[in-house]
Amino acid sequence: MIDVNDIRHQFPTLHQEVNGHPLVYLDNGATTHKPQVVIDAISHYYEKLNSNIHRGVHFLSQQATDAYEASRETIRQHLNAQHLHEIIFTKGNTEAINLVANGFRQILQEGDEVLVSAMEHHSNIVPWQMACQSSSATLKVIPMDEMGVLDMDSYKNLLSDKTKVVAVNHISNALGTINPVKQMIQWAHEVGAAVLIDGAQAGPHCSIDVQDLDADFYCISGHKVYGPTGIGALYGKEEWLKKLPPYQGGGEMIATVSFDKTTYADLPHKFEAGTPNIAGGIALKTAIDWINQIGLDNIVSYEKELVDYATEELSKIEGIRFIGQAQEKAGVISFIVGDIHPYDMGMILDKLGVAVRTGHHCAQPVMDQFCIPGTVRASFAVYNTKEDVNRLVEGVIKAQTMLS
Amino acid sequence: MASIQDIQQDIIDEFDMFEEWMGKYEHIIDLGKSLPLIEEQFKTKDNLIKGCQSRVWLHAQHKDGKVIYTADSDAIMTKGIIALLVRAFSEQKAQDIVEADTDFINQIGLKEQLSPTRANGLVSMVKQMKLYALAFQSQN
Ligand SMILES: Cc1ncc(COP(=O)(O)O)c(C=O)c1O
Repeated sequence: MIDVNDIRHQFPTLHQEVNGHPLVYLDNGATTHKPQVVIDAISHYYEKLNSNIHRGVHFLSQQATDAYEASRETIRQHLNAQHLHEIIFTKGNTEAINLVANGFRQILQEGDEVLVSAMEHHSNIVPWQMACQSSSATLKVIPMDEMGVLDMDSYKNLLSDKTKVVAVNHISNALGTINPVKQMIQWAHEVGAAVLIDGAQAGPHCSIDVQDLDADFYCISGHKVYGPTGIGALYGKEEWLKKLPPYQGGGEMIATVSFDKTTYADLPHKFEAGTPNIAGGIALKTAIDWINQIGLDNIVSYEKELVDYATEELSKIEGIRFIGQAQEKAGVISFIVGDIHPYDMGMILDKLGVAVRTGHHCAQPVMDQFCIPGTVRASFAVYNTKEDVNRLVEGVIKAQTMLS
Repeated sequence: MASIQDIQQDIIDEFDMFEEWMGKYEHIIDLGKSLPLIEEQFKTKDNLIKGCQSRVWLHAQHKDGKVIYTADSDAIMTKGIIALLVRAFSEQKAQDIVEADTDFINQIGLKEQLSPTRANGLVSMVKQMKLYALAFQSQN
């Protein structure tokens, strides 16, 4: 069970007034707030440890390295990866996907195909477009229906021995749809394609087991799981990480350097050039430990209750249209009301102290498919309450009155 | 025709009557609803202003020594703000528009009332209006 009051107490940013109203924060899909323990972990690093990692023989460097590597182990366990060196620190999912897509530039050839879904975030589209462009491979799109559910028959038909990569999100940030990624991975493997799962939105809302999924690549973003910004993790199967060329060159990622030839470091360091976000890496462990202490299952069921309540209350509003009505959904409610522009709605909600995201949510193709300029998106975290939902609903009704 | 300065002062006085954001917003919404629409043929890609989060079209034309602006947006609040700008600048001489002070936007408290992204759009809109005026001015 969740004691939401106790949880809220741990989040200092939640306790403030915005435009004269107590803040209602429903933009968790963009980023979550951070519990005090995470903030403390960042301060602790700078106050007590601050040293570069993997380099010094001195005491502090060793301590910082141990803390950073302990985080890698926590992430490994959290994603149930087989090997520690299959976990690469990144600055977030955008970087993780670029790292993989960039590697595939050298693997893809003319005639090869990369599949992405119609509900991807731009960061899981553009890097693949770039990779296809420079390798003359073709990008193809797995379509979705009007409920915001991927068309699995089309997906099956798109798969062929030309397919080299399939890149899909586990949970859509624009629609909340939970995609059947295990099935998708299995089918992709039948034609020999590698699969990258963008787990940006899955991180906070479901438990992840990369071995059970049999994912080739899976990435999560720290700032969406109550951790710091500028840190994330990419899981890659050992065989794939060995195959891919390094993403960036520099310190940390080398074994030996001379002007004639450089040899690369072993995994995971091959993909971790330069001094990383050490404080972020350490505090990401704190965030994941924090989640596990509450229990991901508890979080999932509490959030489901909230989302169901919000959906029920919002559907009483005249003219509301939900964008994304999959059976399997998590964390997100996207909607528009009548012909009110989402920005107009968002601005008035902001004045009422309710923070939502408005616009295309970095998923313009989704908006094009539904022929809308964008949506209002309320996205939930474990610290939200039914009172938050009530404030949202009141705000939407008020905005509707003002705008029509 | 009143000068740009006089019109701006009128607008400032008008907004002074509202103490709360709600009144101001409702006024902007009303203004948005009354904005003369741009002709469909001018809602082109070329006339779209960059830097606005909602779509904004602005068309300008030079007639009898005066610049005439028409505009539209798919968001009503944005439309209201454009209505203010059109009111201040349309049917004025190009040179006056180029030289006009645009501080009235700050003075009616719009900039602080509006989100940063929106305020950026506002800046783009003003810039685009001035660019048109500058182009017409140099044609003469
Ligand atoms: C589905 C999805 N993919 C990728 C990203 C980008 O992640 P990051 O902010 O870590 O670069 C986001 C964040 O908005 C997202 O929601």
